[in-house]
Amino acid sequence: MSMKIIFPGALSSFQDKGRIGYQKYGITPSGAMDAWSMAAANALVGNSPETAVLEMTIAGPILQFTSSAVLALTGAPMTPTLNQKPIPMNASFQVNPGDVLSVGCVTAGCRSYLAVKGGFDLEPVMGSCSTNLKCALGGFQGRALKPGDEISFNLPEATLTESRTLPGISCASDITLRVVPGPQEEYFSENGKKTFYSTAYRVSDAADRMGYKLTGTPVEHNGTVDIVSDGIVFGSIQIPPNGMPMILMADHQTTGGYAKIGTVLTCDLPKIAQAKPGDTIHFTQVTLAEATQLYKEYADRLRSLFA
Amino acid sequence: MSQIRYLPVGDSALTVDFGSEITEATNIRVQALARHLEQNPWPGVLETLPTFRSLLIAYDPLQISFDALCEKLKALTAETTGPQKARKRIFEIPVCYGARFGADLRDAQKLTGLTSDEIIAFHSGRDYRIYMLGFLPGFPYLGGLDERLYMPRLQNPRTKIPAGSVGIGGTQTGVYPMESPGGWRLLGATPMKLYDPNREKPILYEAGDFIRFRPISVDEYYDIHRMAEADAYECRVIEEPEGGDLS
Repeated sequence: MSMKIIFPGALSSFQDKGRIGYQKYGITPSGAMDAWSMAAANALVGNSPETAVLEMTIAGPILQFTSSAVLALTGAPMTPTLNQKPIPMNASFQVNPGDVLSVGCVTAGCRSYLAVKGGFDLEPVMGSCSTNLKCALGGFQGRALKPGDEISFNLPEATLTESRTLPGISCASDITLRVVPGPQEEYFSENGKKTFYSTAYRVSDAADRMGYKLTGTPVEHNGTVDIVSDGIVFGSIQIPPNGMPMILMADHQTTGGYAKIGTVLTCDLPKIAQAKPGDTIHFTQVTLAEATQLYKEYADRLRSLFA
Repeated sequence: MSQIRYLPVGDSALTVDFGSEITEATNIRVQALARHLEQNPWPGVLETLPTFRSLLIAYDPLQISFDALCEKLKALTAETTGPQKARKRIFEIPVCYGARFGADLRDAQKLTGLTSDEIIAFHSGRDYRIYMLGFLPGFPYLGGLDERLYMPRLQNPRTKIPAGSVGIGGTQTGVYPMESPGGWRLLGATPMKLYDPNREKPILYEAGDFIRFRPISVDEYYDIHRMAEADAYECRVIEEPEGGDLS
């Protein structure tokens, strides 16, 4: 009732919806970068939407199973094989004792997700099984997977009665993110805002679970971008003094001292979570009313995965 | 007193902005609102995050709208700006100054022109208000450092500061709850665990509480350290009337 890690991949960590309610103590929420793909993986194996899944980055792991289990892979398309035979993503499948799953590498996008029916046997810390890499907290021993790790499953064994499939996500290398302006839009000049919403930015090499630094035309500010630190959310867009936007991601610090020009919509966070260095980002402005409507439609689509 | 502003932070959070000043009066208003929401949870409010002068509120837009939340908050802030009695909750943090724990105590004497006894007396002689927690789990941003103890940060920050270290950076003092890089000058260290993810309360204090540093000997440091390692050390908490109101 477990899997052994033969090869851990580039960065594989357990994530769920994140650690809610501890930001006031300075503890970052963490959680899946692409919450859509996490939910889809859980839907495929019959789990509840926010059961902890394995988030795998760019290069996936090689796993060997000691029991039968039902699994699903979602997110960025990788090149998975089971006992060296290719298997599809976005479909539930069964493994048997001794089977070897090699998840492969991304052919597009950045992050893929592995769910197991019944969930991985992890101890919640502060209400969550998400791994907080910086604080060595949660997930499996508070860290990314290593060769030789053995992860137990909650179900002793599981067999697949009927395979379920879902459409895969599209991972474009040129994406548009919708943004609600604020909370510190007034720190930027009209010119600066025009630049931000009309020019293309590129994802730099400094792009990880904490944040994505972008390069492109600097966003002009009205003299300073220093603010008295205030709260940050997943999707906050900070502009430091050099004018280059930085999107704060799941492992963001809880507070920050640079003005934030806007916030990425919740429904567009999976898109940025699948972007990687070199990809192109455009920003477009929406009203809060539009954003709220889009949030509701996104929540409906998420719910329909479990219908 | 500046106008309160309600600023959207994307589709599922808002910031209640009390102005851009770091003052005790502003911070008390932030804490009063945060505590109220904690003690009287509203449907749809998921999490609050107080800072020096603002409160971030994460909400579920399927349960409450931005406009409805703002209306409720406006009604509430009008209500909570009246005088209220508050208890001052003080967490006593034992600190061994100098010895092997305060690598910069000697430099601090040169920078301040004070003796080490004076530095310890000034540093431990007052209660510090926790304005906010951030940067690291349980890292308190403290107000009210004695001006005679102001000293510049290190030119070359250390790559590793041990958990429990107590230091001064510029006009602020604080304590590192976990190992971290940092540029503050180290005066001493506490043997107690300020942050323990496996404890029922991983972090004991909250923004709005106070910290008092109590000087201890090297022997007492190791006694407390042994107790803390066995999860047998209980932080002393003192409650006093604050004297002020929340307006």
